[in-house]
Amino acid sequence: MKNLLLKNGRVIDPANNIDEVCDILVTGGKIAKVSKGIKDNADETIDATGKIIMPGIVDMHVHLREPGREDKETIATGTRAALRGGVTTMLAMPNTLCAIDCAERVRLLKDIIARTAFANVLISAAITKERCGKELTDIRKLKEEGITAISDDGSSVDSQKLMLEALIAAKKEKLTVTCHCEDISLTNNGVVNLGLTSTRLGLRGISKESEFKRVGRDIELAASANAPIHIAHVSCSESVQIIANAKQKGIRVTAETAPHYISLSEEAVFGYDTNFKMNPPLRAKADVEAIKQALRANIIDVIASDHAPHTENEKEIEFDRAEFGVIGMETELAVSITELIQAGILTWPQLVAKLTTKPAQILGINKGTLSVGADADIAIVNPEQDWLVKKEELISKSKNSPFLGRTLKGVVEYTIYLGNIAYKKTAKQ
Amino acid sequence: MNNFKEKAVILSAEEIKRIIYRLTHQILENNSSVGEIALIGIQTRGAYLAKRVQAIVKEIEGVELPLGVLDITLYRDDLTAVDSNPTVKETQLDFDINGKIVVLIDDVLFTGRTIRAALDEIMDFGRPQKVELLVLIDRGHRELPIRADFVGKNIPTSTQETVKVCLEEVDGKDEVVIGEKI
Amino acid sequence: MRKSNATIAWRRKDLLDIESLSREEIELILATAESFKEVSRREIKKVPALRGKTLVNLFYEPSTRTRVSFEVAAKRLSLDVINIASETSSVKKGETLIDTGKNIEALKVDIIVVRHNYSGAAAMLARSLRVSVVNAGDGWHEHPTQALLDIFTLKEKLGAIKGLKVSIIGDIAHSRVARSNIWGLLKLGASVKVCAPKILIPAAIEEMGVTVTESLDEAIADADAVNVLRMQFERDSQDAFPKQLEYFKNFGITEERLAKLSKKIVIMHPGPINRGIEMSSAVADGPHSVILEQVTNGIAVRMAVLFLVAQANEYINPTKHFSNPKGENKV
Repeated sequence: MKNLLLKNGRVIDPANNIDEVCDILVTGGKIAKVSKGIKDNADETIDATGKIIMPGIVDMHVHLREPGREDKETIATGTRAALRGGVTTMLAMPNTLCAIDCAERVRLLKDIIARTAFANVLISAAITKERCGKELTDIRKLKEEGITAISDDGSSVDSQKLMLEALIAAKKEKLTVTCHCEDISLTNNGVVNLGLTSTRLGLRGISKESEFKRVGRDIELAASANAPIHIAHVSCSESVQIIANAKQKGIRVTAETAPHYISLSEEAVFGYDTNFKMNPPLRAKADVEAIKQALRANIIDVIASDHAPHTENEKEIEFDRAEFGVIGMETELAVSITELIQAGILTWPQLVAKLTTKPAQILGINKGTLSVGADADIAIVNPEQDWLVKKEELISKSKNSPFLGRTLKGVVEYTIYLGNIAYKKTAKQ
Repeated sequence: MNNFKEKAVILSAEEIKRIIYRLTHQILENNSSVGEIALIGIQTRGAYLAKRVQAIVKEIEGVELPLGVLDITLYRDDLTAVDSNPTVKETQLDFDINGKIVVLIDDVLFTGRTIRAALDEIMDFGRPQKVELLVLIDRGHRELPIRADFVGKNIPTSTQETVKVCLEEVDGKDEVVIGEKI
Repeated sequence: MRKSNATIAWRRKDLLDIESLSREEIELILATAESFKEVSRREIKKVPALRGKTLVNLFYEPSTRTRVSFEVAAKRLSLDVINIASETSSVKKGETLIDTGKNIEALKVDIIVVRHNYSGAAAMLARSLRVSVVNAGDGWHEHPTQALLDIFTLKEKLGAIKGLKVSIIGDIAHSRVARSNIWGLLKLGASVKVCAPKILIPAAIEEMGVTVTESLDEAIADADAVNVLRMQFERDSQDAFPKQLEYFKNFGITEERLAKLSKKIVIMHPGPINRGIEMSSAVADGPHSVILEQVTNGIAVRMAVLFLVAQANEYINPTKHFSNPKGENKV
């Protein structure tokens, strides 16, 4: 294994409170030294002058679609796309075909990962069998197979009884519970935010209540179980308020939002472009602002992509019929830089923490840090360079990005995974 | 027209007035039975010229000739002009043109394409006994075998030049100027 | 009728909605329609304006009146017309809308008039094709030509739209006619009230700039005109819907209600009418009703729209190999 020396970059490692220009030596796939003026010989030296050196991103919410929907994405294409975005660890959601809801399916997925992944893929198993909300999975057994979290993502567990049992079981097994908060009876088959947007477009609206009522319920259940809980893809100000109140009361709730909820509001949907159709839907401008402020105030702990690849066949159709979801791993860092650093909402260390340290902490994994001895998962980023998001340059198998044609700031130049240069930006990009 | 550079005034208000009187006399001279004559002006300035002719006939003969207005936009041979977006105006032909001697009136005769379109449109309304053409200005450069029966003034022009007819009713003054597109 | 003064050029290859149109663009369509109305009074009701061009009526929802109106309008402009109904098309075989559109485009047609049950379908088609697309109703979104003909009729009856008070009564939530009318009327300076049972009022509709009432008497009290929407009781709905008789009792327009008004009111309906539900027969056939005039005006308005989009598309995507550069005097 080659030794790598990264010279003169601005090293940002929130886990160790480091934000200074120095060098990093990587040997044997691990971080060997972090200090100024490292003189050791290395097989390869990267001049990182003017660049940010940060831990590889830990994206705790992605859909890699394998097994079952390899036409949308595979572990191989998804992890390669991840590396382009500086992501070295990702948590794969279980809503594949079939759902990851038993030991055999976890083993099958682990085998695919072992054979084809280019980066670290963690597994979230389902809370209920086939994600149907009827019967709990065998959470203890799933834990033994090595899963990291449980979630019925894509659906919420409607039964309070099951949800409560799941929280208790997960606490015992030290598994993260990621909640997709949606009360389907309030969603009303909606496809866009309920309000002027749905009325203008003549589309069914998804109320904010469908999200925040369920956020409230799940947090209450967690409180009564005295168990930690993680709220996925927060999109509206009411959810933020509920999470803030819960945190204040000392309830162990953490929350994530996705890059599109800090960069796009419901007005983006006016051309019926299905690349702006996701669940929860893009909300009002005031919600976008509330989400940003919640990130600043640490009410929302994590930015995760909710990378949701869909084929053109599933997107290039009538808005009502198109699938929900957008891809995001290749753009999440740049969107965050553009919307949060540029706008002065977050400092660099704060942003890096939300992409690395925090999700690693929530998942209880030894990643997301540049500590000496840690896995050498590193992203080297040119923070000033602008780039245009082009369909033909996307690595993900699906191209359903809401940022196509947008110019973003911040380019990942290298992604190092376990000490190897796993991604290097080519000249043309 | 903003892209028009005026070169010379060809006809003054007084001259235009005299010409219209002369042309009206010629119409009456040419057609012994006034009762069969109908006037049709081409939108926009041809329509106003026709109205003036109608008034003069009334003054001379005491007869009010039927007056129609044609908008030939829907009969054009090119849907879009090179640099203009013609607004469709109304055609008003509220009398029976069958058997009538139609005097078709326009301000400038140029390629003849407008007259071709107008003739087609008139034929869709009926079968006149005869159609005669009256124009204030004939500037040449015909692209179709069309000629006017009554011409106010022949003005030789180059194709680069433009003839602009101003009438009191639309432009605030009576005047014919020659100019160039710039 | 006061003659409209349109000063701008039409530069859209498509007509997808009213919301994105400027006041000037709406006025241009209305002015053009005024001119076209005369064509239908001729003995030969046909002009060669769009001769040699082809229009496809692509209808994914059953519709007779809109399709026929477009067909008549098209034929009066000398367009060749082909009708495709979803029952007979490859739609049933699973072809996507865009594929269907591209196949139609490959037949070298010039205009597609599309009626679709999904909101945004016309916009999607327009984005993917070079041919002109005219929205003949998409889902609950918009039905621009219906609003244009309603406004044209109002203007003909009442002189000007600015300052008028217009109430729209009925299933606002699921009505594309309501949305298009609201945008059009507001842009032209009318004030608009919508009136329906609460369950049929869509979210945040006031933010469009209208007032909302659940009282029919209030809606008609000082209105200059009312536009009564069709109640689609046959619609396969997953939402709550009022019962027919109950609806007529509370929202049906009757002579008794009209008799209480201090002034004459213009009553419009996009048709087909449910007699005895939205209004009584006496009202539908009575002196207030302009329903049949709407139908007649629909031809002129649709002729204007077809002419304008065809002309604009000719400008945007020229098909001619020659032009007439010398024709600037009178072309």
